[in-house]
Amino acid sequence: MPTDVVDPMKTDEPVQPPSLGFFGSLRWAWRQLTSMRTALFLLFLLAVAAIPGSVVPQRGVAPLRVGQYFVDHPTLAPILDKFSLFDVYAAPWFAAIYLLLVVSLAGCILPRCIRYAKVLGARPPATPRNLSRLPVHRELTVSQAPDAVLDAAVKALKGNGFRVDRHASGDSVAAEKGYLHEFGNLVFHVALFIILIGVAWGALFGWHGTVVVIEGEGFSNVLTQYDDFAPGRRFDPGMLPPFSFTLDSFNATYVTDGPRRGQPDSYRADVTYRTGPDSPDVKATISVNEPLVIDGAKVYLLGNGYAPRFTVRDGNGTVVFQGPVASLPQDPLFTSKTAVKAPDAQPEQLGFNVTVTPTAPKVVDPLTGPRSLFPEDNNPRVYLGAWAGNLGLDNGTPQNVYELDTSQMKQIGLKDLAPGETWKLPNGRGSITFDGLAEFGNFQVAYDPGRFVALLGAVAAIVGVMGSLLIKRRRVWVRASADSEGRTLVEVGGLARTEATGLPAEIDRIIAQTQGEEQV
Amino acid sequence: MNSTSLAQLSNFLVYGALIVLALAMAAFAIDLGVGTGRRRAAEAAARRDHQARVAATAGSASGGVSVIERPAVDIEVDERWARIGVSLSVLAFLLLVGAVLTRGFSAGRPPWGNMYEFSVAGATAAMGVWLFLTRRRREVRELGLLVVVTVLLILGVAVVVLYTESAQLVPALKSYWLWIHVTAAIIASGIFTVGSVASMLFLVADRYERRLAAGQSGGRAAWLDSLAQRLPTADVLDRTAYQTIAFAFPLWFFAIVAGAIWAEGAWGRYWGWDPKETWAFITLVIYAAYLHARSTAGWRGRPAAIIALVGFSAFLFSYIGVNIFFFGFHSYSGV
Repeated sequence: MPTDVVDPMKTDEPVQPPSLGFFGSLRWAWRQLTSMRTALFLLFLLAVAAIPGSVVPQRGVAPLRVGQYFVDHPTLAPILDKFSLFDVYAAPWFAAIYLLLVVSLAGCILPRCIRYAKVLGARPPATPRNLSRLPVHRELTVSQAPDAVLDAAVKALKGNGFRVDRHASGDSVAAEKGYLHEFGNLVFHVALFIILIGVAWGALFGWHGTVVVIEGEGFSNVLTQYDDFAPGRRFDPGMLPPFSFTLDSFNATYVTDGPRRGQPDSYRADVTYRTGPDSPDVKATISVNEPLVIDGAKVYLLGNGYAPRFTVRDGNGTVVFQGPVASLPQDPLFTSKTAVKAPDAQPEQLGFNVTVTPTAPKVVDPLTGPRSLFPEDNNPRVYLGAWAGNLGLDNGTPQNVYELDTSQMKQIGLKDLAPGETWKLPNGRGSITFDGLAEFGNFQVAYDPGRFVALLGAVAAIVGVMGSLLIKRRRVWVRASADSEGRTLVEVGGLARTEATGLPAEIDRIIAQTQGEEQV
Repeated sequence: MNSTSLAQLSNFLVYGALIVLALAMAAFAIDLGVGTGRRRAAEAAARRDHQARVAATAGSASGGVSVIERPAVDIEVDERWARIGVSLSVLAFLLLVGAVLTRGFSAGRPPWGNMYEFSVAGATAAMGVWLFLTRRRREVRELGLLVVVTVLLILGVAVVVLYTESAQLVPALKSYWLWIHVTAAIIASGIFTVGSVASMLFLVADRYERRLAAGQSGGRAAWLDSLAQRLPTADVLDRTAYQTIAFAFPLWFFAIVAGAIWAEGAWGRYWGWDPKETWAFITLVIYAAYLHARSTAGWRGRPAAIIALVGFSAFLFSYIGVNIFFFGFHSYSGV
């Protein structure tokens, strides 16, 4: 805390080693922990400890990159993992640092709050004997009587917002200003606690998950519908509000010319939602920066992509697959990949590797494979690799829905299709029809009950720190005494209790006002 | 005027500012040699004499505490070069403001959507902050040379390394929070820049004054002494650094909070330890340490100034390093 008010954290003398037994040692340890030096040290430690989290990928931020890191650095990664370096901000050692800082802060702030409460009602301190030793000092001789001078000084000081005390001894006035400095300081530090409480509250009772929803399809807010879900520590599935929504249409526009051709210009998802099974339908729009709020949970649009629709028939002519499959974008122009799996196909299971190009190239580069020319679906085309055999879905291990496990399959052909076209598979194994291209939105649903508390803390912290750094605390004393020639010697002393450069000028102004008062 | 020619005009204004700043730099260098700097050097000489006298009398008495004072020296000073330097700086500032505005009109949005634009705006803010401070305190004018050199460096890097064509923003940046969050960050960065210049010069002046108190002079880095003699006292520089940083700190805090509110609306969480967030946090913590160090015995002065410079390095890294070295949400550099 940048202040010069009497401060237990600012002991200049070295702390003596204890010789007072158990409680003495405790007190010594407490004083060490709450000393400003320790706080400084912990602040540095916190800054340094935060660094690795920006260098090493973090599970909470980029889980895929953590996986990649394990592949790229097979020896280093497990060692880093042992020290929680993939979860720095949830690591025990990181928690140890900020908890120590919190304790140190509490040990410093609580006594100061108590002391501040007492100071609030107190009178400005008595006038020092020797005002000439103060950092700011002025002397002048005037013709008015001492009492009149002091009356004028009281008026001028009060007019400048000082708390003024005219001493009983009668020859001096004490004044102090800037009490809000310490108040702001305390508010700032207490607000840090409030932020922490808000963050902790969110971590305990909040949750968030992501889900891909294809145009025309719906989502209900139950655990099983999420592709990925991160619950808080005290999460219970009953906490999920029972809303649902349908993605009516998804619209993305892209820059069509200039150096940024192909870059996204806007995204918009039109949805129909209901807050419960029996509630009425409501139409709404979700776009980037504008989430939809349902029952305190927020639905965000994080990304988008294409979902080709297929109909697959097997050798008997039975429809064994029908509908859209979401595809994973491979580049900014939405060349995307996915897989279609038809386990019920006869005589053998069928699988298709699918590459989607929303705007197909005229000629496919044999080196790179098909590459989309533009992110919009101006000329959609799918490139299929058909496989027959065993899809490997029965062995119990979860499969990537975007990829085909071809280890027990054999390729039966390659073909590309425009919307509406059908490919008859060789040897009477059936057919596949490309019915068209739908878009999908990647949504995040999040609920954080602590965010208002954290915001409140943050606002209080900003207001507090401004008060602390911009309000200056200072004291002024005025003494008036008659000299031997019947005139009055006026002495003014000033002391800035904080960093204040304006005090000499302020005192000169007050003196001028005092003299102005006298002349009236 | 259409968008392309406005962007062109903006570029010309930046080039113009670079030329004017180079001239301002020359003017301030001359002022350091024959203008204000000459008076400072004379003052320093008088102070040395004074010091010697105090030492002589104190030596006969009791060793005593030597107080560094700055005796007034009455010499005619040619302030013309300093005034020319300030005038050129004002001109450069106006050119930069014009460059930022035309860039904004050209793209039809706040002109800080990528690193080039942020750098030009940040350099403008630093010039503006410094010029504003010179109105309030005369000594700040003497930071001119180093401020102008710093701004020239920032602009040089912006033009040569970071330059990007004026263009539309990606959807994630289309929000009024761009105005609030990034504007606060730009102004804070301008103030931090001026504060760091003051801290750097403080280290030079402090070294000189301590050597003087210890009766040392000359040595390997004598040019630092002669620079220090031409600067305001360490005390003034220290206070300037503190005041600027104390003003920028709440603003930086605000920029982070505004960013968090925006992130909550755009990415679904207000804080996620994205590398940019992490480094903004590190910068905040180090500057908090600076403010505490200023009121802790044994940490005032030199250690505090070094912390301030470490804080500025962290700021620079959060600004440039993060976009170059790390992967994260704040990848709008356009580089």
